Amino acid sequence: MDALINRIRGIARDLLREGKVDVVIGFEEGTIPFHSRPCFVRSPDEADRLIWNSFCENNLATYVVKRNERMGIVAKGCDTRALLELIKERQVIRDQIYIIGVPCEGMIDRVRVEAELRNRSIQTVEVREGTFLIMGKDFEKELEIKEFLYPSCQVCTRKNPVIYDELAGEEVEESVGETYPDIESFEGFSDEKRWQYFSEEMSRCIRCYACRNACPLCYCTECFVDASNPQWIGKSIDESDTALFHIMRAFHLAGRCVDCGACERACPLGIDIRKLNRKLSKDVLALFNYKAGISLDEVAPLATYRPDDSEAFILEP
Amino acid sequence: MAEPKIEKWEPKIVAFLCNWCSYAGADLAGISRIQYPNNVRIIRVACSGQVNPWFILANIQQGIDGVLISGCHPGECHYLTGNYRARRKFALLKNFLQFVGLEEGRVHFTWVSASEGVRFAKVIEKVTDIVRSLGPAKKLVKRI
Repeated sequence: MDALINRIRGIARDLLREGKVDVVIGFEEGTIPFHSRPCFVRSPDEADRLIWNSFCENNLATYVVKRNERMGIVAKGCDTRALLELIKERQVIRDQIYIIGVPCEGMIDRVRVEAELRNRSIQTVEVREGTFLIMGKDFEKELEIKEFLYPSCQVCTRKNPVIYDELAGEEVEESVGETYPDIESFEGFSDEKRWQYFSEEMSRCIRCYACRNACPLCYCTECFVDASNPQWIGKSIDESDTALFHIMRAFHLAGRCVDCGACERACPLGIDIRKLNRKLSKDVLALFNYKAGISLDEVAPLATYRPDDSEAFILEP
Repeated sequence: MAEPKIEKWEPKIVAFLCNWCSYAGADLAGISRIQYPNNVRIIRVACSGQVNPWFILANIQQGIDGVLISGCHPGECHYLTGNYRARRKFALLKNFLQFVGLEEGRVHFTWVSASEGVRFAKVIEKVTDIVRSLGPAKKLVKRI
């Protein structure tokens, strides 16, 4: 890990010194355990602020949109997938960003760790080989990293950067397969059971829009939830407004979502947001044979068509 | 004592018909005096590709029991590719609404050409039957 951090710092320092970029976006040490926070490094002397560990959970691709400067960005697998989609959607110019790729072994899910410790306060955390050691006031606990990864990291099949200018670490082994067991089992439930689950998840939502803000691909200048003329979506606390927000938010990401899990991690109420996005990803793959965040040349599935697309859903009288 | 009169529930269906084929098909059904259920409220749109998924959801939220979207047959779009694009969008939407638990028969998609007055009437009959069997819309309907 130290070698990786030194490498990131070295690359960032060189980029800033040579004037190749105006800013390097990466992570720095947070003020509390389990939180590394995004930081913007603007001079070579500051490069030592940059770190890398198992808590760099934010998707930094969120920060590159609408920025008129040259950026270096420390990007793990999912960040690069999002960057690739942003480049494809012309939200950022490829030459404008210098991608420092970091192969990623997954990030630790602090919510689950806190639940495991029954909310005892954590003072320090130390990541070791395959495990991490948590120390609190009157306890010490060692946990397996593998068992406490974020749900999106557990099913990640693109841990290595898909697009980069320089790789900061050794590539890690990818897990194979592109299956959606969670979605398939959910599809097997009855309408009523699915509706009940969905309603329960929605009823917790406080409409803070953190999921939208954390999403690297939600970059509209005026989001449909903020528009007042026309007012697309009601501002009431009625559950239908919340449900429609989530349906539309997910639908706007159909064929674009790279399953980085940033929405779910940003959610203060732990709503199962990814289930909606993953259902759409699954259908896009099944119907249009497209996976977001893989190739720069393939056209986005909803921006194109094939004359022989499936007609199975068309009503025949 | 006289029984209080209970008004029979009739489904309300909104149909988005494209200007060039389906709306003309509905018109043909009308001028040919073909009978079809009067539960349908027709909204003319330029193209099935113009129908924003939001239109469908907004209707459901307002308590409409069924929504139908109809455009030109594939390959016959006035704008060449509008219905092909609509087809991709709505294939995803239909699955997705079902996934969150909405009844399958609430939202329908079909193609009706300008010469298919009979087909239009049959489509409306079928949609009305399906929606009637589902009963009044409850899911995603705004209560306040």
